[in-house]
Parts: sequence; C-alpha cells; structure tokens
Amino acid sequence: MNAHVPDAQLTAYAAGDPGLADALCWGIEVHLESCPWCRERLGAALDGPTAALVARVGAALAPAGPATAPPPAPLRGRARRAVRRWTTWSLLPRLAVTAGAVGAALALELLMPAYPSPVLLVAPVAPLFGVAAAWSRRGDPAWELIAGTPQGGLLLLLRRTLVVLAALVPVLAVAGGLAGQNPALWLLPALGGTAATLALGSRIGVSRAAAVVAATWAAAVVVPALTTARLPALLTTAGLPGWALATAALAALVWARAGDFRLDRSFR
Amino acid sequence: MIRAVPAAELAPTTHAFPVRARGLRVRAGRHLAVDGLDLDAAVGVHGLLGPNGAGKTTLMRALATVTRPAGGQLEVLGHRVHERGTDLRELRRALGYLPQHFGFYPRFTVREFVEYMAWLKEVPRREVAGAAQRAVERAGIADRADTRLKTLSGGMLRRAGIAQAIVNDPAVLLLDEPTVGLDPEQRLGFRDLLRDLGTGCCVLVSTHLVEDVAAACTDVVLADAGRVVWQGTPTELAAAGGTGDAGDSAAERGYSALLRRARQGVAA
Repeated sequence: MNAHVPDAQLTAYAAGDPGLADALCWGIEVHLESCPWCRERLGAALDGPTAALVARVGAALAPAGPATAPPPAPLRGRARRAVRRWTTWSLLPRLAVTAGAVGAALALELLMPAYPSPVLLVAPVAPLFGVAAAWSRRGDPAWELIAGTPQGGLLLLLRRTLVVLAALVPVLAVAGGLAGQNPALWLLPALGGTAATLALGSRIGVSRAAAVVAATWAAAVVVPALTTARLPALLTTAGLPGWALATAALAALVWARAGDFRLDRSFR
Repeated sequence: MIRAVPAAELAPTTHAFPVRARGLRVRAGRHLAVDGLDLDAAVGVHGLLGPNGAGKTTLMRALATVTRPAGGQLEVLGHRVHERGTDLRELRRALGYLPQHFGFYPRFTVREFVEYMAWLKEVPRREVAGAAQRAVERAGIADRADTRLKTLSGGMLRRAGIAQAIVNDPAVLLLDEPTVGLDPEQRLGFRDLLRDLGTGCCVLVSTHLVEDVAAACTDVVLADAGRVVWQGTPTELAAAGGTGDAGDSAAERGYSALLRRARQGVAA
C-alpha cells in the first residue's frame, strides 16, 4: 500500500478545495478505498454541514440489510466452528455409549478379578463405534458434500479419529489404572484396532470395516478367552512388539491408500 | 472491495473443454449406470435431460470426482480424473457440487454452513466471510442468512445448497436436480441465476423438467441408458419434435421425439 494521505491534502479534499489537482484527488480516493485509518481521519476532517449530511445518509442506510456488515463471530461461535472442523455432532452420543461400555468392563473386572481382564478385551474395539460414525452416510448427513471437497479425505477422517481417541484414551486410562493394567496393554491394541479399521475402510468403507474388525476380534479372541477363562498371549506383555509392528504397518497402509478416502465408497 | 487475482487464475488453459468424457463408464453399485458416454461441455449452461435411470446422478457424481470411473476417459479442467493417483485436491478447489440428496446440518445457520463449506473447499481464511456473503447474496438467500437450516422451506434449502456450491467461485458447477421442490416463481428466479452463473463457468444442470432446460440453458444434453443420445441447442430441441409426438410444448415434443428415435436406433 502507498503512503497515507498528508493532513493538508486530506483537509483540502474534505473541504472540496478546487485548488487540489485532479490527479492528486484520484490518488487520494484510491487510497481511501483501501485504508480504514485514512477514512477515519477524513471523517474527522469534515466540516459541520458535510458531517451532518453524512450522518443523515448513514442513518437512512443503516437498516438496509447487506450494507451493515455481519458482526464478528463471538467467542462461542468460534468454539462451535472449531468443534465442527474436528468432529460431527453424531459422535457425542456414541462416545458416551463407548465410555459406558468401558465402565461396565471395569466394574466386571473389579467384581471378578479371576476372570480374563474385560478392560483389555474391549480396549482394541472401544474406538471403533465412534470411528464408524465419524465417516458414514448415516453419521454425517453432509457426507456427499464433504466427499467432494478438497479438504475431505484422509486428513479430515484422521481429525475425527483423533477426536474419538482423545475422548476415549482418558476413559481407558482411568479404567486401566483402576484395574491395575500396564498402560501399553490397552493403548497399543486400541491404536491397532483403529488402524486396522481405517486400512480395511479404504477398501470396503469405514463403517463396514469397523463392523468386520469388531466381529473378527470378538470371534477370534473374546469368545475363546471367555470360554477358556484365560487371557490370550496376545494381550500380555509378550504380545506388545507384535501390536506395535502391526499398528505401524497398518498405519503405513492407510497412508498409502489415502486417495481412496476421497471417494464415496469409503462412506459405507 | 477489489479481489486480488492470483497467478493461477491467469494461467492459460491447456484443455479444450472444461468437461470432456470419452467412452466413460461409471458404476452405481454393481450396475453400470453410465456406459460408453461421450461428452464435451464448454463454458455455458448445459441442461442434462433424461428419463429416470438414465445415469444422470451417477454421471454427476463422477464429474464431482466422488466416484471413480470404471473405464473410459474423463477430463475435468484438464485433470485426468479416470487415472489412479491423480491429485484431486487441486481440481476440487475449482468444483461446485450440489448433490441430489442435499444433506445438511440442521443446527447450522445458512451462513455458518456456507462458511464451513468454504473452509472445506480451502478458500483462504481471510476471504471466507466475504465469499460466504457473496454466495448467499447471489443465491438470493441473504435475508435468511442467519436462520437455522432446519427452519427453512424446501426452496430456501435448495438456495442454501446453491450458495454452498458457488462459494468458491467454481469453474465447473454441477447441480443435480436443483429445481425439485421449487414453486413456479422460485423456478423463474432460479433460471435467472443459472443464466448469470453460466456467463463465466461451465454449469451442468441435471433435471427432468424439460421447460427449465428450454428456458435457461445454452446447450442441451440428452442422456438415455447411460450414454448421450443427442446434444444441441434448446432451439434445435424444440425443432426436433413433430405434431405427432407426446408433449405440451415444442421442447417437450422434441424431447420425446429424440428419445424415441434414439431407442429405435438402438433396437434396430
């Protein structure tokens, strides 16, 4: 932007001084269009009758709609905007239900200490209920709009997944802590289950993938653990390197297939 | 306020048509809804006419890059959409899309929703508020900009949908059945809007209301059974019908005559 208008020129311009050269006048007008500071000084430099005229015209125009700029977003609006950029409202009830389920698993564990730890058994699938809602046609009414935008895709899905994990990891931490479990034993499987869902979701849709992963986990691990009343080796410290490797591999697969999350078939 | 023009907008185009399809095939589920479609669309308003099941919505989804084509070539603004690994992000910044089932967040106000879509379409942060205001004014919904979407009537919702589609000043604008649920007066207003939009961008409007196309479009594309059977001007459409054809207006008679001829041609 060029330099501000000197006081003398501004006063002459405000008074409509015929001595002010036309070329100078144009320069001042162009500058005023883009400089609120000089416009304010111009308002102060107006003589009495002109100022009264401006005030009268301004008062007449004020209620006429679009000319009055929308007020800046209040703090509450800003918080709401942040919420909607990171999540969808349909996630909240699902997160509450999941937190309740983890609470129930904890109660079971505290009541029956001899049983294979229910908290560890639900941890890998705990985030899936929320992740399924974060990227589905039912959970997000505007899914088709979002699917067609540049911002839509893996990064938006990861934002929402991060919200799910940020809400559930503290719940799992409290449950795991009260149950006296090693934090890595619930954290890594929870991340692994989420990564598996996203990796499979790039192919068959995230909600379907969540259902498949949860069903597979229930059939392959939970049911045998409950029938034999023994925690599988997978959920002891011996299984941790395996979980870490699998999670890293699945996360890499998700990243490699990022383009698939731009398509409508990932919303199933 | 004068908008700064980025260099990307001044770069010469390297494509002949904003939308160019050759032998395009797109699946809707397992069904091949678009099968061997050829289409060239220049700047202007193109009315996509056809009976239900002609593949209009599937074609729109493919053009919006939400569904990847199963075969053939599809170039939108010079980006080869049919190829795996094409970066859709840059292309999508220049697309506007109003899906047939316009899903929205009922609690949002029109302005919040349009601003959210502007964010999803990666409109620079400083321009979001201005772009949203321009879009709601062009769509004729500025007086209701701060009402919640759930309180709007069907016609007003369609306008909100159009506002979100044009918020990023798209070069290709896809409107799927935008006149459904509009009363006659609103449809007249919508035709004016279409003519206005079509001056600087390639607008594709799918509809099965022949009179909308005849009134507002510069070009008519007639689709049946997944392929384009005829392309011409509204005047040519009206001239194609004889007195023996079904329909109440010249355009409707032309529509039924061309459709009948195309089906006989396939059968023969």
